[in-house]
Amino acid sequence: MSAVFRLLFAPGFFTSSPVHTALVIGGIAAVVSGVVGCFTVLRGQSYAGHALADLSVTGGSASFLASISPLWGFAGTGVLAAGVMDVIGFRRPRGRDLATGIVRGAGLGLAALFLYWDTTSTSTTGVAITVLFGSMFTIGNSAVPLVAAFGIPALAIVTILYRPLLLSSVSSDLAAARGVRVRLTGLACLVAIALAVSLAAMTVGAILATALLVGPAAIALRVTSTPGRATLAAGLIAVAATWLGIVLAYDSFNWPPSHDGWPVSFFIVVLIFVGFVAVQLFGRSRRVTG
Amino acid sequence: MAVTMAASESTGQVLAVDGVSVRLAGRQILDDVRFALGPGEFVGLIGANGAGKTTLLRVILGFQPTTAGSVRIGGEASAAAARGRGLVGYVPQKIQLDPDMPVRARDLVGLGLDGHRLGIPLPSRQRRQLVDEMLAAVDAGRFANQRVGNLSGGEQQRVMIAHALVSKPRLLLLDEPLANLDIRSAQEIIALLAKITRQQHVSVLISAHEMNPLLPVMDRVVYMAGGRAASGTTDEVIREDVLSELYGHHVDVINVHGRLLVVAHAGEGFEILAGDETAAAPAHPDHSPAGLEL
Repeated sequence: MSAVFRLLFAPGFFTSSPVHTALVIGGIAAVVSGVVGCFTVLRGQSYAGHALADLSVTGGSASFLASISPLWGFAGTGVLAAGVMDVIGFRRPRGRDLATGIVRGAGLGLAALFLYWDTTSTSTTGVAITVLFGSMFTIGNSAVPLVAAFGIPALAIVTILYRPLLLSSVSSDLAAARGVRVRLTGLACLVAIALAVSLAAMTVGAILATALLVGPAAIALRVTSTPGRATLAAGLIAVAATWLGIVLAYDSFNWPPSHDGWPVSFFIVVLIFVGFVAVQLFGRSRRVTG
Repeated sequence: MAVTMAASESTGQVLAVDGVSVRLAGRQILDDVRFALGPGEFVGLIGANGAGKTTLLRVILGFQPTTAGSVRIGGEASAAAARGRGLVGYVPQKIQLDPDMPVRARDLVGLGLDGHRLGIPLPSRQRRQLVDEMLAAVDAGRFANQRVGNLSGGEQQRVMIAHALVSKPRLLLLDEPLANLDIRSAQEIIALLAKITRQQHVSVLISAHEMNPLLPVMDRVVYMAGGRAASGTTDEVIREDVLSELYGHHVDVINVHGRLLVVAHAGEGFEILAGDETAAAPAHPDHSPAGLEL
């Protein structure tokens, strides 16, 4: 038993300060992403989440030029983009494709410029890696309050709007007939998604943020029967994947080729993917027998 | 005091549609539509696809602005106010429900009770009891804990009706609830609606392109053609002179063993305009845009 324990948790895991910070910040980001992601998937807005993640690259790379926490950049562009999407008709399916395509293209173009400046000014490629693939072990303890300050409003939005969001994801007409202010609710949800994506971008990177947003939710929606349980399960699955990913990444410092550790994001995303494939297979066999 | 109360109650219409016109992109979708619903009345909104039924229901719900005219529900000045007070229950046209969505029949009915409220619903015996009673009333107890996306069309319609009625509205609007249902399910849904709405004393406005299944339960009919409407009892409205004027050309009303057919002469042959399911339905009913009947 203790041999297994030692195999899983490499020496120094429980005393390492970067590991503690990673567990705390990764945990917060995972809860928020999982819970908000559940509503993202229910409302069929994974596409919006993906676009917001792409756009957060722009903000993240700009924040390095301004020497502020990348979280400000991730969240700033995300919330701004959420507002723009709402204004230019994100709710109409056809307007949505065009609007996101154009905004996303422009955003990524700016990101290319900012990342180039980041790289030339610091003469290192570290910033690009940090923005695109996360930086769980190098965040630093001081970021914890900021991460909480962005996570709490996101959770508050989906908690307060739980029922209107659920009803309008069944049908916006049904919600409107029941007196729900559908557009305002939708905009608030988009802001919550933007905040969740920015936290996920901070931990697993802007490129992989959607995986943490959508993956645990997709698994949870498969294995649970009520909306409330799905939301809780998504949060738990996201935390489990993140923490297990951190453990494996710490272990990987002893692994080939460079004995320099594999990226945490890789482990987290692979764990989520494996989980999704597993429930997909399990779900199918259950449907055949049931 | 009691006298004035009774008087306002008896004259108090649940729904008053007064001269409503809607013009969209140069097309007259609704043209001076006027009718009223009294308390507990069961009224069929009959017309072919494209006659303006869905647009009219969306106007009543306040989703569609009017070019002229007004709608009053239970004396409220605006549709938004009526919605806020839970005066209107609504069953929309067939909506696609995702089987992966973990929303059970009982969850959807519960959302009919308090879906507009903020915060997480606290478990409450009273709420659960109301939901259970409503599910039992539409005979949906058997599948109360199944995901709505996994239910059959008729079962989903029952859940939708329970969702719309659980808040005890005064007016129930149903948009083609019988479309896509087989004849037996359609008749079950009609019988169910007639029974519950009479018990709850709810006024019903139900749209359909096939009027015959509704004939036994309808108190009155609002017949629509080309954006115009005629209303009254079936005997008053489903007549050659009234409908000929509404259509703007001569039509015949034929009674086939109690089934009414509205027939127009078209060249050498004839065309059934309303009354028969197969003839009145367009070739591809599913392809008409959901929001707008054109």
